[in-house]
Amino acid sequence: MNSSTIAPVEHAREEGLLARLGRALDRPQVLVWLMLGPAVLYIIAFVGFPFILAIALSLSDATIGDPSLDRYVGLANFAAVMRQDAFWIALRNSLLITAASIGLLLVLATAASELLVYSFRGKRLFQVLFILPWAMPVSLAAIAWLWLLDSQFSPVDWVLVQLGLLGPGSPLGPFSHLYYLGRPWLGIASLVVADVWRMLPLATIIVLAARLSIPEERFQQARIDGAGFFRILFRITIPALRPMLIVAILFTSLLIIGEMGMVEILTRGAPGHATQVLPYWAYLKGIQSGSLGQGAAIALFLFPFLLVAAVLALRAAYRSPEA
Amino acid sequence: MSVLTLRALSKRYGRIHAVDGVNLTSGEGELLAILGPSGSGKSTIMRLVAGLEMPTSGDILIDGKSVLGIPPKDRNVAMVFQSFALYPHMSVRDNILFPLVARKVPKPLRQPKLDQVSRMLGIEDLLDRRPTRLSGGQQQKVALARALVRDPELFVFDEPLSSLDAKIRSQARAELRELHDRTGITMLYVTHDQIEALGLADRIAVINQGRLHQVGTPRELYMDPADLFVAGFVGTPPMNLLPIDDDTIAGLRPEHLRLASTASAAGDYALDLEVTVNQLEYLGSEWLAYGTVHSGLPEQGEPQQVIARLPAGTEPPFSTGDRCRFVGTHQDVRWFDRNTGKRKPAAVGAVA
Repeated sequence: MNSSTIAPVEHAREEGLLARLGRALDRPQVLVWLMLGPAVLYIIAFVGFPFILAIALSLSDATIGDPSLDRYVGLANFAAVMRQDAFWIALRNSLLITAASIGLLLVLATAASELLVYSFRGKRLFQVLFILPWAMPVSLAAIAWLWLLDSQFSPVDWVLVQLGLLGPGSPLGPFSHLYYLGRPWLGIASLVVADVWRMLPLATIIVLAARLSIPEERFQQARIDGAGFFRILFRITIPALRPMLIVAILFTSLLIIGEMGMVEILTRGAPGHATQVLPYWAYLKGIQSGSLGQGAAIALFLFPFLLVAAVLALRAAYRSPEA
Repeated sequence: MSVLTLRALSKRYGRIHAVDGVNLTSGEGELLAILGPSGSGKSTIMRLVAGLEMPTSGDILIDGKSVLGIPPKDRNVAMVFQSFALYPHMSVRDNILFPLVARKVPKPLRQPKLDQVSRMLGIEDLLDRRPTRLSGGQQQKVALARALVRDPELFVFDEPLSSLDAKIRSQARAELRELHDRTGITMLYVTHDQIEALGLADRIAVINQGRLHQVGTPRELYMDPADLFVAGFVGTPPMNLLPIDDDTIAGLRPEHLRLASTASAAGDYALDLEVTVNQLEYLGSEWLAYGTVHSGLPEQGEPQQVIARLPAGTEPPFSTGDRCRFVGTHQDVRWFDRNTGKRKPAAVGAVA
C-alpha cells in the first residue's frame, strides 16, 4: 500500500472576520434571505402597505382634512360611490377603452411581429422608431397627442381637409375640425388610439418573443402540407402564440385600466364625465374633493375582478400545450 | 409513381455554391438516397425540390414537367423533416388530416384516407393524443402518415431517422423500406449516414460541396467508387488510399488487405506491403488491425497508415508490434488519378 505516501491535506480553519462572513454566506439559509430581503422589503413597503392602507381607507370615513382611520363605516363608501352616475360612466369607459385597446393591440402586435420576424432594409431603424412610444414618458406622449388632436391646430384635421374628407361639402361634415377631445365618442376613440400607440411596443415584444420560439420547420411543413398565408396564421401561428398572447393581454390591460395620465392630460374626463375613467375619477374624488374613503373605494372596486381575471389568464397560459 | 429530374441545378447563397450544377434522375418509384457530409448541399437540394427555395439556375422536373415557380403548397411533394415538425397544438388526427383540410379535400373523402394511412402505420390507437405525448418512433409514424395521407407524387425525407434512439433506428429503417415497397412512391432520402443510405436505398447519389460525385447502387458505390471522395467517404473504415507515384493512388478496402500467408492468388499482387501492426481492435464480428507501411511503396515523406479488416472467426496470427506481409490483389485494388481524383482504368499503374 502506498497510500500512506500521500500526505493528507490539512485544512486550516481561517478565523478572520471576512473568512467567517464568507462561511456564513455559504449557508443557503443566510444567503436566501440576504438575496430576497430587498425585494421582500420593497414589496411590503410599496405594494403591500399601500394596498392594506387603501382597503382601510375605503372602509373608513377618512378625508384629506381628517385622514385618521378612527371610524369604521363598513361598505358605506362603496354604496355612496355606486350612487353617482359618474362612477358608472367611468366604469363603463374603463372597461370599454381597455377592451377596445386590447382588441386592436392583439391584431397590430401579431401583424407587427410577423413583419419583424423577417429581415428587410432599414429594419433596425424601424425597430428603434417602433419602440419609441414605450420609451417616452406618459405625460410627454399625452402632450404630443394633445397637439395632434387639438381643436384648432390638429395636423390630423389638416390632413383630412387636404384629402377632401373634412370641411364644407365633404363626407365628414361641414366643419374644418373634428374636435376629437370635445365629443364623447370621439374622445373615447382618441383615448383608445393613444393607449394602443403607447402599448404596442410592449405587446409586440411579448408576441415577437413567442413568434421567434416557433421552429421555422413547422411553417415550412405547413406550406408543404398545402396551407396558405391565412391558414398558417390562424391554424399554426396563433395557436402557438396563444399562451404569450394571454400574457400580453394581461400585462397591457392591467397597465391600461390602471392608468390615468392620458385621460388627465387629454380630456380631463370631459365633456361632462363622458370620457371619465375609474383611476382618474378615484383621484378626483379622493384627492381633489378630499374624500379619501370614496376615492379608495373607487380605486379598489375593480380589484377583485382583475385578480380573478389575472389568475384565470395565467392558469390558461400555463395550461396550454407545449407551443 | 413519378420521376424526378434535376437538370444542372444550382443554388448560390452570396458567394457560396450550396448546389453546383447537379444532374440527377430518379427511377420510377425508386428510393433514391442523397448522401453527403454536413454542409454538402444535400439539404438544399431537398428544399429546392420541395419548393421552399428557388434555384439560382437549372430546372426541377416531376414527370418531365418543370415545377419551378410552383409554390410548395401546390407541388404534390410530401416532406418529413428531421424534427418531424408535428403541430403540437393539434391531436394526431388533426395533424394527419391537415394536408387534406389545407387542400380542401371534401369532407367525406377525408375519413377513409385517415383510416387507411393510420392502419398502414399502425397508429389507430394514437389518433386522439397530442404529438408531445408520443415517443420518437410514434412521432415519426405520425409524420409519415401526415405525409402519406394526400397521395404525394414524391416523398422527400430529411434525415428522418437521426432523431430516433439508436436502438429503434434499424427497425424504423426496415419499416421505412417496407412502406416504400408497399406504396411504390418515389422517395428522395437525404442523409449523412452511409449505413442508412447503403441499407435503405435503391441507388445513392453522393454529394460534396454542392457537386454530385457519383450515382449508383450501394454495391457500385462500395466496390467501384468513381473518385477519391467517394472512396474515402463510403465504408467504415474507409478505403486505404496509398499514393503510388506522382499520378496514381491505389485504393484498397480494409477487408481486401490480406495477410500474404492467407491470400489465395500466390505471387502476382498489385500491392505487396511490409506492415508493422500498431494496434488491434476486437469489434465482435471482426478485427481491425492498424498498421504502418515499411516497404512495398515508393519512398515517401510520411510513413503510410493502413487498416486491415479480419474476420473474427479466428484469432489473428499476429499481435501488436509484429511486422507482417500484407497484400492486395489486382482484382481488389482500385486506381485513382492523383491530380483529378478520378478513377483510372485498371492495371495502368502497377507497382514495381
